[in-house]
Amino acid sequence: MDLLAIIRVAMRALGRNKMRSILTMLGIIIGVGAVIAMLGVGQGARQTVQEQIQAMGSNLLFVGAGTVTRSGMHMGWSSTKSLIYDDMLAIMRECPAAHAAAPGSSSSGQVVFGNDNWATRINGTEPQYFDIRTWPFKEGSSFTQNDVEMAANVAVIGETVRKNLFGATDPIGQTIRFNNLPFRVTGVLASKGTSAAMGDDQDDIILVPITTLQKKITGQNWLRWIMVSAVSRQASYAAQQQIAALLRDRHHIRPGEDDDFFVRNLADMADVADEAGRVMTLLLASIAAVSLVVGGIGIMNIMLVSVTERTREIGVRMAVGATERDVQQQFLMEAVVLSLFGGGIGIIFGLSASYLITQTLGWPVLVSPVVIVVAVLFSMAVGIFFGFYPARRAAQLDPIEALRYE
Amino acid sequence: MATSPETRVDSAIKPDHKALILVQDVHKYYELGETRVHALRGVSVEIAQGEFVAIMGASGGGKSTFMNILGCLDTPSAGRYLLENVEVSSLSKKELAAIRNRKIGFVFQGFNLLSRTTALENVELPTLYARVSKAEGGKRSREALALVGLGDRVEHFPSQLSGGQQQRVAIARALVNQPSILLSDEPTGNLDSRTSVEIMDILQKLNDEGLTIVLVTHELDIAQFAKRSIQFRDGRIRRDERIQNRPRASEVIQNLPKLED
Repeated sequence: MDLLAIIRVAMRALGRNKMRSILTMLGIIIGVGAVIAMLGVGQGARQTVQEQIQAMGSNLLFVGAGTVTRSGMHMGWSSTKSLIYDDMLAIMRECPAAHAAAPGSSSSGQVVFGNDNWATRINGTEPQYFDIRTWPFKEGSSFTQNDVEMAANVAVIGETVRKNLFGATDPIGQTIRFNNLPFRVTGVLASKGTSAAMGDDQDDIILVPITTLQKKITGQNWLRWIMVSAVSRQASYAAQQQIAALLRDRHHIRPGEDDDFFVRNLADMADVADEAGRVMTLLLASIAAVSLVVGGIGIMNIMLVSVTERTREIGVRMAVGATERDVQQQFLMEAVVLSLFGGGIGIIFGLSASYLITQTLGWPVLVSPVVIVVAVLFSMAVGIFFGFYPARRAAQLDPIEALRYE
Repeated sequence: MATSPETRVDSAIKPDHKALILVQDVHKYYELGETRVHALRGVSVEIAQGEFVAIMGASGGGKSTFMNILGCLDTPSAGRYLLENVEVSSLSKKELAAIRNRKIGFVFQGFNLLSRTTALENVELPTLYARVSKAEGGKRSREALALVGLGDRVEHFPSQLSGGQQQRVAIARALVNQPSILLSDEPTGNLDSRTSVEIMDILQKLNDEGLTIVLVTHELDIAQFAKRSIQFRDGRIRRDERIQNRPRASEVIQNLPKLED
């Protein structure tokens, strides 16, 4: 039989048992749909993380105070006190690949305005921080370098803090209190949303001059981090090398000893986040793929039932001239048609599910055409794989026995 | 016509006909565990073009096995079977399928039509495997259905047809690839006597036009419509004779009570 005839015969055989065919397809529909939706969610998440990291600036470097080991015990992140303001000045002076730098230190506590209060994080830095992070202002502006020198009580607040403290009130020029210290609000930052890489709310923050934080709140003169921008994206690796060498020298770390700081460039962080996203996508997709396999087993089951039920039909076909190959192709085609139709409907189902997820949960979902092509090929492979055994069984029936079968 | 001698072969059928079927000393045995079942113990027979042979005998006598071998559904354990001068016993499964498709038409006791498939599609079935075009297959199938008097029932499903009509669809299916021989296993076994005679009428008319027919039956009044009868017993041919004064089925029908079906 030619291919068209085989397809026609297969379609007719499946059409005779519509309900059963649809139920059998359901396994593949759900499987393919789930794989497409899950890959879409995973890819969408990865893309978002990448976009957020890109938005932070791909030439950004993060120098953090390192861990220190005392009596064999790691003391945790930024437990060293060796990173100081002079290190930042030295970086600006001696690292040609570094373009700009801002110091940072942080604390947390309760911020009060009128009757409202809010627990948040407070970071001390300098005005160039907002440029380095390309973080625009929604209202007002940054505190000035002069404020830093004066250790003035001025603050820039994030969108989350504004919402919780001020509501409809205009915050610019208002005075908020942190640790009983009054701060005049000079600006509100544009919302950056939740960081996909770290999972925290970047808008839940207050920024004050570094000097104010060190002198009036923490009483510490060391830094937790220095944010550096390299002259270009290509230079960020060189900058990383230069900063590491400089800080090792300044902190008198001998060869073979561990650093008391770390330097990360955003490209590395993007890779790490991407790897995490890839693993998550794979995990989701493999769970979904299990249902595809279950669907395939469903096809095999129904095909085996079908072969038994139609033993006489197979006998008749063989008696009138069907070869083993003809019979095998016929049943294989039925399985493939089932799985391909299931795959086709599954794609529609998966795309609708992705759309619904985007609409209701607000998660970005990204379905690439490659995924759809792979889904079609995969469901066809499922049909061939799980249809082969039943088809083989049908083909190897003895026509005499088959004709006598009741 | 003498009936007493054991295994006698009618001399009238031999010389001037070209042998369509030539079976020489065919044996068939099956291994059932330790024991060997001998279904055929040396069968030799010649069937010429245009013959109409009724094969008779008690069940277990080997007639079904013989028919399976004639129909190329089975191969002999020993001996030769030549169909149109082609040695069949040595062919591969695929070649046997091709012979079943083109040279042999089967009609079964239980009709064996595909349910939920129209009469036309049932008749078209052998043409699918003969690799003729869809149009040609459809045309031939309509002609075959018209030949058995079902030209107006092509779109009917088997469940909408009477037993006699279903068997006629089966005959049309057997004829659609213009085979050289029609093999029929108890074609009237599931039918009432009037319908049985009607089916025999069709077979007689097909035979008149030159089609060679071999049919298995255990009913003597069905066998009498054939030209020759072969009796099987214990895996051997016990009797092979011409049928004298065979009645015309078309005339017998006149004398049967009319039934509504």
